[in-house]
Amino acid sequence: MLTALVLVPLIGAVAAWFIPDNRLRPLVLPVVAFAHLALTAVLLADTPPPSGGGWFWLDPLGKVVLLCISMLFTVCSVYAVGYLRFRKELSNRVLCGGLLVCLSAMGMVTISQHLGILWVALETTTVSIAPLIYFNHNARSIEATWKYLLICSVGIALALLGLLFLAYSTYIAHHEATLYLGSLISYARELNPEWLHAASIFLLVGYGSKMGLAPLHTWKPDAYGEAPGLVGAILAGGLVSCAVLSILRVYQICLASGTEIVFFKQALVGMGLVSMAFAAVFMAHQSDFKRMLAYSSVEHVGIIAIGLGLGKGALFGALFHLLNNGLTKGGLFLSSGNIHRSYGKKTTDVVRGALVRIPWSAGLFLAGFIAITGSPPFSPFISEYTIISNAFIDGRYLVAGLFLFFLAVVFIGMALTVLPMVMGEPPADADIEPNGYKDQVLTVGPPLFMMLVILALGVWPPEFLTALLRDGAAMLEAAP
Amino acid sequence: MSPLADQLLVLVMLINIVMLGSSRLFFSIRAVAVQGVILGILPGLIHPFSAHLAGITISIILVKGFVIPSLLNDAVHKAHIRREVEPFIGYVSTLLLGAVSTALAFVFAEKLPLASEHQALLIVPASIATLMTGFLILTTRRKAISQVIGYLVLENGIFVFGLLLTEAMPAMVEAGALLDLLVGIFVMGIVINHISREFSSIDTSRLRDLREEE
Repeated sequence: MLTALVLVPLIGAVAAWFIPDNRLRPLVLPVVAFAHLALTAVLLADTPPPSGGGWFWLDPLGKVVLLCISMLFTVCSVYAVGYLRFRKELSNRVLCGGLLVCLSAMGMVTISQHLGILWVALETTTVSIAPLIYFNHNARSIEATWKYLLICSVGIALALLGLLFLAYSTYIAHHEATLYLGSLISYARELNPEWLHAASIFLLVGYGSKMGLAPLHTWKPDAYGEAPGLVGAILAGGLVSCAVLSILRVYQICLASGTEIVFFKQALVGMGLVSMAFAAVFMAHQSDFKRMLAYSSVEHVGIIAIGLGLGKGALFGALFHLLNNGLTKGGLFLSSGNIHRSYGKKTTDVVRGALVRIPWSAGLFLAGFIAITGSPPFSPFISEYTIISNAFIDGRYLVAGLFLFFLAVVFIGMALTVLPMVMGEPPADADIEPNGYKDQVLTVGPPLFMMLVILALGVWPPEFLTALLRDGAAMLEAAP
Repeated sequence: MSPLADQLLVLVMLINIVMLGSSRLFFSIRAVAVQGVILGILPGLIHPFSAHLAGITISIILVKGFVIPSLLNDAVHKAHIRREVEPFIGYVSTLLLGAVSTALAFVFAEKLPLASEHQALLIVPASIATLMTGFLILTTRRKAISQVIGYLVLENGIFVFGLLLTEAMPAMVEAGALLDLLVGIFVMGIVINHISREFSSIDTSRLRDLREEE
């Protein structure tokens, strides 16, 4: 079963590569995605025992991320079919192949219990998504691709160095180096503390740059801004979730060591607050709405990091927010892609009155904005509220106060960009290059579905999901 | 640990210095290839023979010594450039910085809590020096190709540290990491071609359209 999770998308990628027809090729995406979703459902319901000597196992943390990725990818794959009809002039061979390879690697990230394999899978996601940022083949997108590729490659190389330090700390303790998560957790108390400390710093910097935590986020606005909305959704919801999972693995080891976790939590809270501050500053007067979404992503990885750093009750909120952020960003990026398509521009000087021009996409974008800024009844409200209330319960008043302040600033900054976009009178048709985009079932349905899901999660979170999140949080709460 | 291995590690550090002082791209590519081949030979000299080890040796020499350099050479040919011009920091200064960081690497390695059998080895200082060199090249050079070379040197530095613990990485992970590196360089090569076509130059300081408005 676990093998199928990795193999099915790969087979799909090969098939996509060999289908010559540009119109038929995108259909591979939903076929593979629904198979992947079905596999995910089966795996969540009936989890197979660890295989491959314990290296592959879907634990509750992996399940949360897998659920997020699989749902997001399925929605994006349906959208892709509609979207690519409007981009007939460009070959989508690389796009379809890259997305499927990336899906396979993301699945691998969720099931690896060996940190070396996890690293390889995460690096594969970086490399496979890079050509997709360049889908539009212009000067700006090549610049974004280069920055993304170089910064993330160097970041992830530093994470590899961190892994070697970690292995070295086991070597000093036991004269036998290993990166198997189970052994690392069971030996954790005997690991050499200095090497463990160095390892946790390098891993935090390495995976943090992949996750886009400030001040390592500089590639994010460029990559999210220039990539097609579809790829932006996968980057913001899928790759970010995989990077968070990698950080969670380090968190587990630090937690088991008993001492290192104190530093690691402080670092997470610090970087989280800095991320929110950066987002709040750069969100104001942001005229490019895709870059605005990128800063929103910086803000939300910050929120997740703060939740993890606070620990205890906030862990549930952080894991729930991981899922909510992934799904809401999916809806936002897909609807923003539609708006971009319709106006041919992504700056607010042209994009005005979208509710009149394309009511469905604009309405969804507005709803997505309300959801992502943490307004009820959508589910991000619940996860953010859980984190804040636990910060107050633990007496972390400064963290909670700053958190609330940044949330308010972000809300205002984002509203100043979003409201003029969707409200008012649209510019005359003569000012917009004709491109034939109209809202269709295939381009509006997927983001609509996504918004309904997070509405449902906010109003009535299903029992199995809260149980899963509680199991995940329990793994991060106390040493086994 | 044989004396030959020590000499090879010294050679690795010398190549670092040579690369910092050179402006010719073909020369830098060849230097990083030689460094890759040395890294392929080293595990065989340090650890006892096994099938796993032979596999690693062959694939590293093949990938780092031949495939990646030929990809880079290709990119340089297509972009019609020969040398790195006007780095952000001059050659003499980077050479000095490189020499200082190599010296500091030795001092720093002394202080690290290494296992007793590793204390006298050159592996850790060589690794730190190579890492620092990689960072220097990455941050001071303008050409996209030079930055890729810097990334490769950085990766080599990490690899040198890995010599202390080959058994931590199962063959599958080693192969995966090498494959990722290869594909990564391949993609970078393609991106460089597009940069040179789009901007008629691979000077990365021209990549400045994407920034926040003042």
